[in-house]
Amino acid sequence: MSLLPKSRKARRRLAAVAIAAPILAAAAGLALFALGDSVSFFYSPSQARAAGVPAGRTIELGGLVAVGSVHKTPDGGIVFVVADLKDKDPVVYRGELPDLFREGQGVVAKGAFLPSGVFQATEILAKHDEKYMPAELVKALKASGEWRGDAQSAAAGK
Amino acid sequence: MIAEFGSFALVLAFALSLAQAGLSAAGRWRLSPALSGAGEGAAAGAFICVAAAFAALMFAFVTSDFSVANVAANSHTDKPLFYKITGVWGSHEGSMLLWCLALTAYGAVMALAGRGLPMRLKSSAVAVQGLLGVLFVGYTVFASNPLVRLNDPPVEGHSLNPLLQDPFLALHPPFLYAGYVGMSVVFSLSLAALIERRVDAAWARWVRPWALAAWSLLTVGIMLGSFWSYYVLGWGGWWSWDPVENASFMPWLAATALLHSATVTEKRGALSGWTVFLGLVAFTFSMLGAFLVRSGVLTSVHAFAIDPARGILLLTILGVAAGAGFAMFAWRAPQLTAGGLFAPVSREAALVLNNLFIAAATAAVLFGTLFPLIRQATTGDAVSVGPPYFNRTFAPLMAAVLVMLPFAPLLPWKRADLLGAAQRLWAAAGLALLAGVAIVALARPGDAVSACGAALGVWLIGGTLTELVERVRGGGAKAGEVWSRLARLPRGTWGMSLAHIGLGVFILGAAMETSGRVESAKVLAPGDSTTVAGYQLTLDRVAPFDGPNYAAERASVSVMRNGARVCSADPERRFYPANQQTTSRVAICVRGLSDLYLVLGEPRAAASGAPVWLVRAYWNPWVRLIWAGPLLMALGGLVSLSDRRLRLGVPRRAAHAPAPALEAAE
Repeated sequence: MSLLPKSRKARRRLAAVAIAAPILAAAAGLALFALGDSVSFFYSPSQARAAGVPAGRTIELGGLVAVGSVHKTPDGGIVFVVADLKDKDPVVYRGELPDLFREGQGVVAKGAFLPSGVFQATEILAKHDEKYMPAELVKALKASGEWRGDAQSAAAGK
Repeated sequence: MIAEFGSFALVLAFALSLAQAGLSAAGRWRLSPALSGAGEGAAAGAFICVAAAFAALMFAFVTSDFSVANVAANSHTDKPLFYKITGVWGSHEGSMLLWCLALTAYGAVMALAGRGLPMRLKSSAVAVQGLLGVLFVGYTVFASNPLVRLNDPPVEGHSLNPLLQDPFLALHPPFLYAGYVGMSVVFSLSLAALIERRVDAAWARWVRPWALAAWSLLTVGIMLGSFWSYYVLGWGGWWSWDPVENASFMPWLAATALLHSATVTEKRGALSGWTVFLGLVAFTFSMLGAFLVRSGVLTSVHAFAIDPARGILLLTILGVAAGAGFAMFAWRAPQLTAGGLFAPVSREAALVLNNLFIAAATAAVLFGTLFPLIRQATTGDAVSVGPPYFNRTFAPLMAAVLVMLPFAPLLPWKRADLLGAAQRLWAAAGLALLAGVAIVALARPGDAVSACGAALGVWLIGGTLTELVERVRGGGAKAGEVWSRLARLPRGTWGMSLAHIGLGVFILGAAMETSGRVESAKVLAPGDSTTVAGYQLTLDRVAPFDGPNYAAERASVSVMRNGARVCSADPERRFYPANQQTTSRVAICVRGLSDLYLVLGEPRAAASGAPVWLVRAYWNPWVRLIWAGPLLMALGGLVSLSDRRLRLGVPRRAAHAPAPALEAAE
């Protein structure tokens, strides 16, 4: 009166499932658990304002580096403004900027808002290619009316 | 003229791939050696034609023929000859041509050298490889031809992205693609095995060398890419779980699982369905990688020349090839015979566990990589998944594999004694524990992750050496016998041990580097000093310097330790006028296994008005092991490959026996 199936094939299948199920369940559990605070949302300044992003939450802030806004402090810090057409946010960052960081060009800053409303960036995303723009940024720029077509980055690069 | 010749050769290669697929399929259908032979000839012809097209493109690059659009976009007369040649695969079109070159080369080698294969299996496999050739060469001809001419050619080219003008990046794509595309042969053989309803020990033995070769090349390719990003991008890191990195890592994981499950199929005839499945998965991941990298659907810090329209085409190719493969699997897999039985504690069971964990870890990486796409499609939110996700899912799952790893080679097939294996591993376990405790107590108090990593690394190295020592000393051998026994060990055993030791070396390096890295960023004027990890760095001067196609600011930094001069480092900032692009050139002061890594930042004005520079310094302890480990693993793969060649006669004899039975079954 065993609960185990009688045929050898079915037993093998049961054994396979019995071993595989906990491992896959553990993997799925780990994945969902780890996903919780590893996912960062992408906002342009006006989207961040609309969504009411709380201070301290890690997000990616994308937009154009406002022309004339970049100031380097002698102690290695940098202050600039990320803007879309409707809104803008001041960003502070300490560390080396990617080689392709320029005024008037797209940028994605990873970090969090301080309670003062200043965005503290921990990472400025480096791009290999000056023609490159992240898909999210293109979408956000189009949504806020800032997008000037594909010629934009080429024109800004020269 | 040469470019037109190349275009013609490419179209011819497309036609020959079609012929290869058609003739080989017909040869298999009619069981005609003449037709199959013609198919094999077409495979060789397709390779020769793609090679000719590749040579034509290389010629256009070397002679700076800017009437070819691809050359105008990616080359420049000032560029050194070496980078003119490597510029061939620096662009999307060129790299797809490299992909086709590798694909047809593998097809030709399989067609001409695979004499041990039975005729039916071989014809089917060559036909499948031909179909893959049709898809990819067709894509290159119709959607991304690198030899297209411009109507009014420019006088000067746009030059290659300066970040790509680097000797390691020059080698990275050929290795990576040879590895990616090597999986195509495994895919073709898997699909052929399903068509022939024949997945047995002999089949696993035919697949093994291809999988080993592709895996070794992919290992070196990923390592080179990681090394390049480490010392060219100037960020001080070597892996960031970026979608593009994951795209190359997933086929590697699938191939690693495949190598282990194919061993079970080869030695015991079990797991045949799973091995075939992995064979299909490995190349599917390769194609997924090409799609993810080239379509730009995922935001990556590594931006390539992207084109959504081509992305859709690549997705279609992926869907057609993988869809056909998995449909065939769903249809035929239930008919595969189950192999030998084994006890819950046996080498088979250990390898099954290995595969389960690697598969789960691969699935976690795949999920994290595609999650932004899923999220975008379901809720419309733009999100990205950061490295913490991967560290928290991948690391524990792989840690479980690593804990079990040293046991597996000590367990016999079929039925084993776990306690016996554990008793033999006590020395390795003790050493590992000691290493972990030493890290916690001495070097980095309270750093559990690096302690676990170091313990795991020592455990792998020690456990693998234990297995070798056991094999040599077993039964109390005399001193003279030890050497002869060592020499008699099969190459496969050496290969496996080298690969496992390499993995341990890598884990040790990764654990030490990740936890022990020290960073500092300081603004320095000439004459100023800063300290990082006990080294005094003095910025002596910054002077202009002219390179072949760039102008640079070169800093001289002298590095002192305890008052003694250790080395001098010259980090640079280079400006490439052809691209209007500035890059940093990292200077690395190698200290044994560790690196002192220096990056020169942008000049800025100090309060006094004199120029100052931001100098970033990283102390990366034991970072050299991160590159040495994968090299050892790839070496292990090559050693194991040389073993296979010695036993070529075995599958040939085994191949003839089951053939009549198959005929009756049809």
